[in-house]
Amino acid sequence: MDRRVFLRLGIAAGVGTLVAACGWDGGRLVRPGLLEISRVNDWVGEKILFSPTRLAPTYSTAQRSAKLPSYFISTMTPMLDDPAAWRLRVDGLVAQPLELSLDDLMRLPRVSYTVKHHCVEGWSAIASWHGVPVAAIVERCRPLKAARHISFASFDAGYSNGWDLASAMHPQTILAYGMNDNPLPAAHGAPLRLYSPTKLGYKLTKYLVSMTFTDTRPGGYWEDQGYPWFGGI
Amino acid sequence: MVEFTPPRPRVRRHHWIVRLTHWATVIVLAGLIASGLQIYEAYARFGNRGGPYFVSPFDGAQFPHWSRLGGWLAGALNWHFALAWPLVAFGLLYVGYLVRSGEWRALLFRPRDVRGALEMTKYYLHLRREHPPQGKHNPLQKLAYTGVIVLGALAVFTGFAIYKPTQLGWLTALFGGFQAARYWHFWIVWIFVGFTIMHVILVFVVDPASLRAMLTGWYRGKFPSHD
Repeated sequence: MDRRVFLRLGIAAGVGTLVAACGWDGGRLVRPGLLEISRVNDWVGEKILFSPTRLAPTYSTAQRSAKLPSYFISTMTPMLDDPAAWRLRVDGLVAQPLELSLDDLMRLPRVSYTVKHHCVEGWSAIASWHGVPVAAIVERCRPLKAARHISFASFDAGYSNGWDLASAMHPQTILAYGMNDNPLPAAHGAPLRLYSPTKLGYKLTKYLVSMTFTDTRPGGYWEDQGYPWFGGI
Repeated sequence: MVEFTPPRPRVRRHHWIVRLTHWATVIVLAGLIASGLQIYEAYARFGNRGGPYFVSPFDGAQFPHWSRLGGWLAGALNWHFALAWPLVAFGLLYVGYLVRSGEWRALLFRPRDVRGALEMTKYYLHLRREHPPQGKHNPLQKLAYTGVIVLGALAVFTGFAIYKPTQLGWLTALFGGFQAARYWHFWIVWIFVGFTIMHVILVFVVDPASLRAMLTGWYRGKFPSHD
């Protein structure tokens, strides 16, 4: 092996070790670039791979998983002091802002399905969800032309998610008040959570209090920390 | 007495596209595997929550710190999804070059290579004394190099099956579902690692001159450079 070959091998090995060592997230130099590429991937997911009409496969209730882990940010399960006083606020760039009680929501069109939940961590679980399509809310609040996104906010330690309008309008995107034929349990976001089999679990805001229509892309709890913004599957 | 052997002629063996895509893939794949091992840590098994789980020797395993890239799940995902593009790009460039140049003929394992592959196996097992005649690559090499290209394609397709199991549901179903696709995506890594170890050993044991050929393009070794 001549010197030049040896030198090149050395450089390759050096780069390899540097990259692999210490769980490098890219550092100040590379991390911004990785986040830029993540935005490109968001664009591909949103504009090329997402279909506003394609439905996620559904399962029979017998196929429900025995376990579906529940995550929240607070140290204890977030609970309302006065559940009867809870309202969903619909505001932002809309012609008709709304304040909806759980009873109001249950009077709106109801969607039920049994689908596979996909967590960004790699696990999956099948469960049934019952709720009102976000499209039905959109129909009633009548977003202005400028509205392109929705920010879903929760009472769980400031948790929120930003969504594109097309994903929110998908027929399987619902505000769920029920799970597996029962009222939504506290561990899974009672009284109301966002659900859709077209998104990873971290995009599905639990403990909902408001949905705000915006013209700019809203951030989110995990999205702002580097998780892909679109989170579509 | 020193025996004089005339120096072998220097021949052009690898086009720059082959060399570029080869070494770029080494780097990109190292990053993909390292970030993949970090991603794996978040759910180190295969199967829906609550089971049943696929049989895997790495059930619940955490890989050593030095082998992981990204620091945490989000960091690893961003590396993984960023490096996936160059893997696809270099893969297409390489295969495109093979097709356009006609070099695929020296590389693609075909039914007529089965007999030669058996002869090569006999040779390696010392059941046959002399090295069977060969072109640029022997039939076992063709099998390995064809296989690794198929493996690369499978890595990409299982990757997309995991990435968009709803939008690309047909692809996910093709691999047996989301958790099965994760399972195959993960096993492909170990086949790649096994291939790479054998590949490097054989380069140094059988044909060290081929390393320089893959770096500079020029070969001065004992095997033909064309079929």
